Amino acid sequence: MIAETGLIALWLAASLALLQFALGAIGLRAEREDYFAAIRPVAVAQGLFVTLSFLLLIWLFLRSDLSVRLVVMNSASVKPLLYKFAGTWGNHEGSMLLWVTVMGLAGAFIALFERSLKRETLVATLAAQAFISLGFYAFLLISSNPFERIFPVPAEGQGLNPLLQDPGLAFHPPTLYFGYVGLSVAFSFAVGAMITRDVGAAFAKAMRPWVLGAWIFLTLGITAGSYWAYYELGWGGWWFWDPVENASLMPWLAATALLHSVTVLATRDGLRAWTLMLAVVAFSMSMIGTFLVRSGILTSVHAFAVDPERGSFILALLAIYIGGAMALFALRVGTVKEGSRFELVSREGALVANNLLLSVILALVFIGTLYPLLVEALTGEKLSVGPPYFNLATGPLALLLAAVMAAGPLLRWRRDNAKALLNRISIPILVAAAALFALALFTTGMSVLALLGLALAAGVAVASFAPLWKRNLRRTPIHTYGMIIAHFGIAVALVGMASESSFTEERLVAAKPGDEISVNQWSLKFEAIEPVAGPNWTALEARMTAQYGDGAVHEIQPQNRMFPTAQTQTSEAALLTRWNGQLYVVLGDGDNEGRWQVRVWWKPFVTLIWLGGILVALGGFLAMIGRLRRGYKQRKQREFVEAML
Amino acid sequence: MKRFLSLLLFCVAAPVAAQTGLPPAPYADRQLDDPGQEAAARDLMEELRCLKCQSQSIADSNAPMAGDMRSQVRERIAAGESPEEVRSWLIERYGNWVSYNPPIDSAVTWPLWFAPIILLLAALWLARGRFRQSKDDE
Amino acid sequence: MNRWLLWLPLVLFGMFFAAVAVGLMIPKDNIIESKMVGKPMPAFALPAAIEQRPALSSADLKQGKPTLLNIFASWCVPCIAEAPQLLALQQAGVEINAIASRDTPEDVANFLNRWGNPYRRIGTDTTSRVQLAVGSSGVPETFVIDGNGVIVYQHIGEIRPEDVPKLLELLEEAE
Repeated sequence: MIAETGLIALWLAASLALLQFALGAIGLRAEREDYFAAIRPVAVAQGLFVTLSFLLLIWLFLRSDLSVRLVVMNSASVKPLLYKFAGTWGNHEGSMLLWVTVMGLAGAFIALFERSLKRETLVATLAAQAFISLGFYAFLLISSNPFERIFPVPAEGQGLNPLLQDPGLAFHPPTLYFGYVGLSVAFSFAVGAMITRDVGAAFAKAMRPWVLGAWIFLTLGITAGSYWAYYELGWGGWWFWDPVENASLMPWLAATALLHSVTVLATRDGLRAWTLMLAVVAFSMSMIGTFLVRSGILTSVHAFAVDPERGSFILALLAIYIGGAMALFALRVGTVKEGSRFELVSREGALVANNLLLSVILALVFIGTLYPLLVEALTGEKLSVGPPYFNLATGPLALLLAAVMAAGPLLRWRRDNAKALLNRISIPILVAAAALFALALFTTGMSVLALLGLALAAGVAVASFAPLWKRNLRRTPIHTYGMIIAHFGIAVALVGMASESSFTEERLVAAKPGDEISVNQWSLKFEAIEPVAGPNWTALEARMTAQYGDGAVHEIQPQNRMFPTAQTQTSEAALLTRWNGQLYVVLGDGDNEGRWQVRVWWKPFVTLIWLGGILVALGGFLAMIGRLRRGYKQRKQREFVEAML
Repeated sequence: MKRFLSLLLFCVAAPVAAQTGLPPAPYADRQLDDPGQEAAARDLMEELRCLKCQSQSIADSNAPMAGDMRSQVRERIAAGESPEEVRSWLIERYGNWVSYNPPIDSAVTWPLWFAPIILLLAALWLARGRFRQSKDDE
Repeated sequence: MNRWLLWLPLVLFGMFFAAVAVGLMIPKDNIIESKMVGKPMPAFALPAAIEQRPALSSADLKQGKPTLLNIFASWCVPCIAEAPQLLALQQAGVEINAIASRDTPEDVANFLNRWGNPYRRIGTDTTSRVQLAVGSSGVPETFVIDGNGVIVYQHIGEIRPEDVPKLLELLEEAE
C-alpha cells in the first residue's frame, strides 16, 4: 500500500509540474494574470507531493519492505538502522528520486519566499524549473520506478554494499544533491531572465542567495566525499581525479565562478553575459555529471551501474535542456545591454581573470575526463588519463588563481593601478617569498608544484586578512568576513594538499604480535590479533598502541571486516589525529607464519585539507547570511519610507 | 549490476571466493631497502593502472594481480632499471591504457597536452577583446 | 562581444553530445588486449605445476609446430567451461601447453582430475611473472603460437564451442 501511495504521490507531483509549466508558459504568452497568481501554490503543492513520495520511500527502506524490488536489491533486514535510512539513496532510483525532490522543494521555496523579483521573471523561472523537473519525472516514472514490486517476495534482501555502510553515506550524497540541484535554481533564474529580458542588478540580487546556498552544499559535499574516501577505502588517498569525482568538481568550479560573477552583476551591474552563461553551465555540469555516472560510458570506482539505455534517456534530456538554454543564450544575449565599463587593473578585472581561470580549469577537467572515451570512439585505442595529467594541467593554473584570489579583494572597483596594488600586497608577497626560501633550504624532495603551492598558500593566508587592515572591525559587513574566511580556507586546504603530497611517510611491514614499527616520531607496538563481531559483520582486529615521541600512548584497532550477506571483506583503517597530522594504520592479510601485513602512514597536516573545505563553506554561509540580512534590512527601510510618503 | 559491483568490490574489498590461496609476490607489500628507490617505485606504482579493477592504481588495489605488478616494479627498480624503462616495459605489453600518464609523443594525445596552453591563450584573447573595448571607450 | 562567439557554447555542447552519443553506442568492455601479438614469445622457464606433466619453457614453444598456450587456474570458474573444448582440440591433434596462474600443485591436480587434462606441459606461475611478460590480464586466456615462437593470436576468456573452428584455422595458417 505504501509503495503504491508513494508512486501515486510521484505521479501527482509530475502532473503538478506539468501544470506549473503550462501555467507559466501560457500565462506569459497570453499575459493571463490569473495564471500568474495560480503558479505559486501549484509549485508549493508539487514540492509537497514529491517530498511525500521520497519520505514514503525512506519508510519502505526503514521497514525493510522486501516486497519492493529496490529494497530487496539494496537493503537487508539485519542492517543497522542508519544504513537502512541512508540506503534509500545509495542506489540509482532512490538517488534520482532525491534529485527531483530537491528540485521540487527548491521550486516551492522560490514560490514561497522570493519577493524582490519582477513578477514575469518569477513566473518564467518557475516555469523553467517545472520544465526541467518534467524530464526527470518522466525518467523516473518510465524507466527507473523506485516503487516497483517484486514477486515472489524473497526472504531477505541483498544488502547494501559494505563500502557504503558508513555514516558518510548518510551525509555525502544528500549534501551533494542539494548542491547539484540547487544550481538548477540558478539555471531557471537565468532562463527566466533571458526569456523576459530582465537581466540586471535586481535579478542578480535575487539569484545570489540561491547560488551561495547551492555552492555551500557542494563544497561540503565534495569535502565530505573526499574525507570519506580517504578513511574508508584504505589507501590514504583523498582525490584520484576519478570520473565521478570530476563530475562533482566541475559544477563546483562553475558555481564558484558564478557566485563571484553574480556579485559583480548585483553591485556593479557588470558581467551580464558571463553570469548568464555561468548559471547555465553550472547546472549543465550537474546534469552532465549525473549522466556520466549513470550511463556506464566511463569506468570508475564510484559509478552506479546503469545500462546505456537509461543513459540515452538522460542524454536526450541534456540535449533539450542544455541545448535549449545555450540556444536561448546565443539568441538573447546579443540584445542584453552591457553594464558599466572597467579597467584591466580593477576588482572587476580580477574577477574576470577569476572567471577565465576557473573556466579553463573546468574545461581541462572536462576534456581530460572525456578524452579516453573520445580516443576509443575515434581510433579504437584504449587510453588512460589520470592524476599525472590532471595535476600537471590544472595545478599551475590553480596556483595562479590563488594569487589572483589574494590580490582581488585588495583592488578598487572600476579602476586601480598596479603600483598601488603592489604596495597593498607587499607583506603577503614577502611572506610567500620567505616561506619559499625556508622550504627550499630546509626540505628535500618537494615537487616544484608543491613547493610553490605551499609558499603561495602562506602568502595567500596573510593576504586573505588584508581587507581588514585599517578597518573598523565591528562595522565591517558580515559578508566581508565571509569572503575573508572562505579565501583563508582555500589557503589552509592548499597547505594541507602540498604538505600531504610532499611529507607523507609510509611503512609496510609483515608484523607478528609483539613487533614494533616506527614511522617518523611514532613508535607503534603490535600487541595482538583478536576476532570481534558487529551487527552484520565479523572482523579480525589488531590491537596496537602508538606513541608520538614521549607523548601519551594511544590504543588503535585497525580491522579486517567480513560481511557474510555480501560475501565481501573490507578494511577499516585506524586513524590517530594530532594537530600536526594523522597516523593512518591499515591491517592487511595474514600469512601462514603468523605475520600480518600492516601499512602505516604518517601524513603531516593532511586534516587541513578538509578543515580548509569546511572554512570555505563557513565563509560562504556567512556571506549568504550577511547578504540576506542586508537585503532584508534594505527592504524594510524601503517599505518604511514608502509608508511615510 | 551484480557483476559490476563484484568487480568493484574485488579490488577494494576482496570477495572471499574467486581468489587465489597463494601468498602475494615477494615485493608486493614489502618496501625496498633503499628509500630513494622505494620512493621512485612508489611514484611509478601510483601511475600504473590495475588490470582487473574498475579504475585504480596498482598502489591502491588489493587485487592479487596488482600485487604481482607491484612486485615486478619494485624488483626491476631494485635491479637498476629506471621508472621510465619499467613503464615502457608494461606499455609494450598492455598499451597506453596501463599508464595513467598519457603519452606525450603520440599524435593522439597532442590535443590533450596542448589544451592547457591553447585554452589559456583563448582566455587571454577573450579578455583582451573585452578590455580593448573598454579602453576605446575612454 | 562578437556575434558568433555567443554560439560557441552551443557548438561545443553539440560536439560533446556527438562524442558521448557515439560512446553510448559502443558497447563498453573492460578487456585489455595484449600488445605482444605479432611479437616473439618472451623467454621464460617455469617449473612443473604437477608431477604428471613436464615443466614449460619458451624453448618448448619454438619446436617448429604451431601450438596453443592456455593460461588457466584451478580457482577460475570459466576455465571449467572451456575444458571440453580444450579436450576436443587436443584430440584433433593440437598440442596444448599450459601455464597455471597463482596455483598450488594439489589444486591443479584436483582440477585436472575432475575436468580433464588436455595439456602436454604445464608450467606454474605463482607471481604472474610470465602472465605480465606476455601481456595477459587474467584467466582464462589462450594464445596461438607459431612454430617459431611468435604469438599469432590472443583469445581472451573461455573457449566456447563456436571458437574452436577459428582456432583450428589459425593453427593451420601458422604452419
